[in-house]
Amino acid sequence: MADRSGTKGTAVAEITLAVSRDVVAARQAVARVLKERGLSAMRITRFATAVSEIARNAIVHGGGGRISIYLDPGKAYLRVECRDDGPGIEDVTLAMTEGYTTAGGLGRGLGGAKRLSHDFEIRSAPGEGTTVSMSVKL
Amino acid sequence: MPQTSTANILSILETDFSSLIEDWLGTQVKEGVKRSDLFSDSESRAQNRELLRAFSKGVRAGVVNEEFNLDDDAWEDLRAVLVDVSKERVGRGVTPTEMATFVLALKSTLFKRLEAMPDLEGQRLIRDVLMVTRLVDAFAIYTNEIFIGERDQIIERQRQEMLELSTPVVELWDRVLTLPLIGTLDSARAQEVMENLLQTILERQAEVVIMDITGVGTVDTQVAQHLLRAAAAVRLMGAECIISGISPMIAQTMVQLGIDVGTVSTRSSIRTALSDALQKVGYVIKTSEVS
Repeated sequence: MADRSGTKGTAVAEITLAVSRDVVAARQAVARVLKERGLSAMRITRFATAVSEIARNAIVHGGGGRISIYLDPGKAYLRVECRDDGPGIEDVTLAMTEGYTTAGGLGRGLGGAKRLSHDFEIRSAPGEGTTVSMSVKL
Repeated sequence: MPQTSTANILSILETDFSSLIEDWLGTQVKEGVKRSDLFSDSESRAQNRELLRAFSKGVRAGVVNEEFNLDDDAWEDLRAVLVDVSKERVGRGVTPTEMATFVLALKSTLFKRLEAMPDLEGQRLIRDVLMVTRLVDAFAIYTNEIFIGERDQIIERQRQEMLELSTPVVELWDRVLTLPLIGTLDSARAQEVMENLLQTILERQAEVVIMDITGVGTVDTQVAQHLLRAAAAVRLMGAECIISGISPMIAQTMVQLGIDVGTVSTRSSIRTALSDALQKVGYVIKTSEVS
């Protein structure tokens, strides 16, 4: 396999998010890597659920996007970056608030994903899409 | 001698038809793509004959000024035969490579005939070889497309079948139903599950419904919302809902997500859920007294 190492680390997988089946593909890809790395079922479930949340957000709110999974250069973390070119989020703090929802959901997804991952960063602006980056310790 | 771009090819196809079929079959055997394990000799011969006849028809009517498009009306017969042949071959487990090689074997068969033609050499021979190549390549590519389309249909059909299979509502005891959920609970499935469940509650006059999620690997906020909505609908119908099969992993994840199950009863295993359910409808499980 070609070495795909970059500044971000070694790419493991990249998945296009368009339909809900792709959410399953994304979290299965993450779960597979974590399992190979010997993480406990508990930690795999936690991070896979976080990935499920943000991948679904990219489809429901962002109209689809891409998710990249890579090992960071020190190989101590698995990082997931999910981008969409949707309308973006006007008020990120409000979006992170528990129970706040614009699409009739539970309003727990973003806050939940943050709690389920080691670190969590969200960048968004109106008209500029949304990028969520989060990681899990290996 | 006729001078159209396909004159020589047509004359081979039409005057030498039967021996061409035999040669084509022979090449298929040599290339190892004649699946005598899957098709009898007469079946293969009949398929080859139909394909070649439709192909000749297309070459005769469908090539104008050296240009052709297999989507044109002139190629309709070939497309129809290909659909039939592909359908049958996919069904019997032929691979796409075998299928393409099977068609491409026609090339060398035709080349040999061109080579043997008197007065055909130099640039004119090359021109004809090129034409055969283009025609047979297009034929093979089209075959693969149909082949893949056929497979896609099988996959889609299986997906639909699984969707139905995976939402059985089972009557465990009088007035006690269970719904064993497996795999992924997306919106389409959740809707189907809900309809099926509510209808069965009505038919069986159920009082307790156990929704078992042992087989659901990931419970994210969307899945949780579907489950809680189903539970609310069950309650509206006057039955009680127990969600069972909550593993330690899922319990922790749900807490982190901040999902509040409200007044819906939850149990770790279907076993405890069943014992609760039976109690609620007035039964007790007892060990028989052996004297």
